[in-house]
Amino acid sequence: MTNHWVDIKNADLVLIMGGNAAEAHICGFKWVQEAKQGRKAKLVVVDPRFTRSAAVSDYYAPIRAGSDIAFLSGIINYLLTNDKIQHEYVKAHTNASFLIDPAFGFENGVFTGYNPEKRSYDKSSWRYQMGEDGYAKVDPTLQDPNCVFQLMKKHFARYDADTVSSITGTPKDALLKVCEMVGECSTTNRTMTILYALGWTQHSVGSQNIRTMAMIQLLLGNMGMAGGGINALRGHANVQGITDMCLFGASLPGYMHEPTDAEPDLATFIEKRTPKPLRPASMNYWSNYSKFFVSLMKAFYGPNATAENQFGFDWLPKQDTAYDTLAMFERMHQGRMNGFVCQGFNPLASVAHKDKVSAALAKLKYLVVIDPLATDTSEFWKNYGEFNNVDPKQIQTEVFRLPAALFAEHEGSFTNSGRVIMWHWKAADGPGETREDTEILGQLFTRLRAMYAKDGGANPEPILKLHWPYRIPTHPSSQELAREISGYAVTDLADASGNVTVKAGEQVAGFAVLRNDGSTACGNWLYSGMWSQAGNLTARRDNSDPSGLGQTLNWGFAWPANRRILYNRASCDPSGKPWDPSRNVISWNGKAWGGNDIPDMRPNAAPDEGVGAFIMTGEGVARLFAPAMAEGPFPEHYEPFETPLGKNPMHPDLPAVTSNPAARVYKGDMELFGKADEFPYVATTYRLAEHFHFWSKTSKINAILQPEHFVEISEELAAEKGIRKGDMVKVSSNRGQIKAVAVVTKRIPVLTVDGRKVHTVGIPLHYGFKGETKPGYITNTLTPFVGDANSQTPEYKAFLVDIEKA
Amino acid sequence: MALQSLDIARRSATTTEAPQVRETTEVAKLIDVSACIGCKACQAACMEWNDIRPEVGNNVGIYDNPQDLDDKTWTLMRFSEVEENGKLEWLIRKDGCMHCADPGCLKACPSPGAIIQYSNGIVDFHQENCIGCGYCITGCPFDVPRISKADSKAYKCSLCSDRVAVGQAPACAKACPTGAIKFGAKEDMVHYAEGRIEDLKERGYQNAGLYDPQGVGGTHVMYVLQHADKPTLYAGLPEDPQISPTVALWKGVAKPLALLALGATAVGSLFHYVMKGPNEVSKELEEEVEREDAK
Repeated sequence: MTNHWVDIKNADLVLIMGGNAAEAHICGFKWVQEAKQGRKAKLVVVDPRFTRSAAVSDYYAPIRAGSDIAFLSGIINYLLTNDKIQHEYVKAHTNASFLIDPAFGFENGVFTGYNPEKRSYDKSSWRYQMGEDGYAKVDPTLQDPNCVFQLMKKHFARYDADTVSSITGTPKDALLKVCEMVGECSTTNRTMTILYALGWTQHSVGSQNIRTMAMIQLLLGNMGMAGGGINALRGHANVQGITDMCLFGASLPGYMHEPTDAEPDLATFIEKRTPKPLRPASMNYWSNYSKFFVSLMKAFYGPNATAENQFGFDWLPKQDTAYDTLAMFERMHQGRMNGFVCQGFNPLASVAHKDKVSAALAKLKYLVVIDPLATDTSEFWKNYGEFNNVDPKQIQTEVFRLPAALFAEHEGSFTNSGRVIMWHWKAADGPGETREDTEILGQLFTRLRAMYAKDGGANPEPILKLHWPYRIPTHPSSQELAREISGYAVTDLADASGNVTVKAGEQVAGFAVLRNDGSTACGNWLYSGMWSQAGNLTARRDNSDPSGLGQTLNWGFAWPANRRILYNRASCDPSGKPWDPSRNVISWNGKAWGGNDIPDMRPNAAPDEGVGAFIMTGEGVARLFAPAMAEGPFPEHYEPFETPLGKNPMHPDLPAVTSNPAARVYKGDMELFGKADEFPYVATTYRLAEHFHFWSKTSKINAILQPEHFVEISEELAAEKGIRKGDMVKVSSNRGQIKAVAVVTKRIPVLTVDGRKVHTVGIPLHYGFKGETKPGYITNTLTPFVGDANSQTPEYKAFLVDIEKA
Repeated sequence: MALQSLDIARRSATTTEAPQVRETTEVAKLIDVSACIGCKACQAACMEWNDIRPEVGNNVGIYDNPQDLDDKTWTLMRFSEVEENGKLEWLIRKDGCMHCADPGCLKACPSPGAIIQYSNGIVDFHQENCIGCGYCITGCPFDVPRISKADSKAYKCSLCSDRVAVGQAPACAKACPTGAIKFGAKEDMVHYAEGRIEDLKERGYQNAGLYDPQGVGGTHVMYVLQHADKPTLYAGLPEDPQISPTVALWKGVAKPLALLALGATAVGSLFHYVMKGPNEVSKELEEEVEREDAK
């Protein structure tokens, strides 16, 4: 979230799309109710199903799963043609005025530079026109035909209401009603918040779904505002934390890049990763990249990391290719991966195309499962009849199950969706032989280190040089780790006049102190300051809220720098006055920035210096045109890889651009995509309020509340197929089949898409062969093995199935 | 369960005067159906607090689980899909004991002290006095009490009288994540409901209102309904619940006679219960009541 949970109450319009907050984020949903009751906010839900969120909404609009970009592009077109944009904001805080290379274009469904063989782009024309001063050229009048604003107008003009309605299946009047409500938030005194989750990320165009909404929020002037922002609701209590610490194989903690083979030394790496400022006054905060990176290396390798050995740069693995989840299971499936340590992860149930995952696991020599529960994955080799029909005799994988303590059985921190890091304390000892994850890893590491020390090996340094200063080496404590992540001075730090400001060994106050000469160590620059000399700030529980906006700056610690609303400088006009004085986040008082949040700006940067509000970009402004995206600087509607239409209605005669042209598809998986003639119905998978992923099926109370796997279909489809409620049905995709109970409901709308009727089959995912719930199939038996072109998140939310009475 | 910290206002099949020294505030639980998302946290909290676990059932094609109230399911979310004014609505009502001011169960109960009403309005079953006759079921206009197969005694929501007695809100209200369940003085709850109803009317629910049916003297569990003119939309919530005429008669005009009969019945019941178990003694009486009901 750019904003935070409590801030939802400051919104005038709450849009839930690409998520189902009432169902999947029940506790946080209270802030939606707070907005409705306290601010008379309206709640709008756009979803393929009439969800629990829709049940308490003011307006519900149906949409075909996998057509969100078309819907959102329709909104952008509406805002531009009806002049529902916050002009001053767009001019001041976005790259609308930037001039783009005239060579850039969009034709035949692709942007310039597309290479169909590689399924990727040469992005050299996706760039700004550069002036002789070395900065990007701009046209503040927004009239130049090559300025972002004009290019955008042209690009989105194709998404008129009739076209969008035809692609999405959303009735035109419903679409226009949503457009109108969104458009009302372009005034400075009204904000919209958007709450989304996996309903947007789990598509082959997932990142672009979110980006399209980011563009809307920029056009409305809602980024940085209280009650605005782009708000990803994260699922697991600490999935934000794991993302920050480096969920992605291509990342290092704090969203720094893992080096690649193309970056053989530290200097090259830093040179390549440190962006240049694109406007004269831009703060370009990533210019500090080397400070964050070297401090990370000092945290990793301690005294072994020196300027002479490039702070241990050679010990870091260099990426040769992708290492995301799909890539990992592809490699395993090809028999090119022998061992797998699976910690807090149940891939047999949660990764797409279960049969492929199962076959991949069967090719391992060993599988180590570190988990509080006996997961389905840990018994992938065991025959559970029709639910897991494997032959154990054919599987040679040796499985080790290491029981781990649950979150309440050890202390540590959670980072919630709103980036607030909160300490939690141990409530009880774990049962039986459970150990904390840190102890399991500590035991594993110290033994490996001893083996390397004794026997040597091919590449022992990364293990032997690792800094392991913990009091009990086999069991680093959460407190020790938190202090290391927050950062400390390795040597005395002195200011310009030579006065020591931080003594060696002291905790640093924040990332502004970090240096690139090896004098500081920090495990994650974004978390820097969470444990300062003042102590563990994540343990603070002062909920006083003088602003009334719910900012509570003394509750836990929000990254970065305890800032609660990112980009909050954009909540003010260029002169530093809040757009909406009644929701004053920060403002310029003539000498400094201050107010009800930590300013996302150099505190003494006077407005007339013209320092851009978006300090993390080289431009200093937000990007309506974003060249970093894999499939284009502007979003475009592409069909899911399994489409009920068999074509892209935006480009009906161009089969090459039916689906995301930049998405990676592995050999063999393209052939496994089903076609509409055999699998005519759009399927989408989701979670239920009564369950949490694949955990709570092991809990009796949750099992009582929602005991058995089911699928949801409309009354019309049920009648057509002779299915009655409560019947057992068979749902099949081109990758497998499941059986479940039919819930026949009015809540699944039947849509008219591209002139034909499209039915949706809704499939909850919580069930499996282990647990207290009735034994069931694993939903991901059905899902396709293809991911978003940027994040490689699998397309769980839109694929094709057939359904019949079992 | 017997709790000395709460005054008992009424006791089944008993004529003893209620204590009147302490001034007790009437309490109520307000269920704002318009704010409920049907997450079932209330059901989970009820099971946890009261240490009850019904069987893990099946899905029968609906979201309601378990499918009905039972001796171990004292509260239950009931999901109704309705189309009102051309608009689909998913109405989710938390079902359970309404804690009537004029409780039909208590009036019908022939066993002394099996059903009591505290001075704060909570109606509670004291299972140690229950003879399992099932009259409370007949007396209840909301079809709430259930007889357990395990011990042949009647069970239902106690409004967490044990929690309320020590100043805590019922477990369901405590657990509700969206603030759809509120608990407090009935007067305050009515006032809070007025604000909610005003909000709903502004949002286009012209017939929004409070469900506090006067046919049973008002209730200590109330609903804010979007369509208060059509309570039956909410999984058959009765439009105008009344205590069955037989039960009313039992306590009304026929009271002097009833009192005489009561002693005999109670003694008889006890005798039969000890000798033959609960069902046989209640059978003929129950049939009689049902015959009366049918008239």
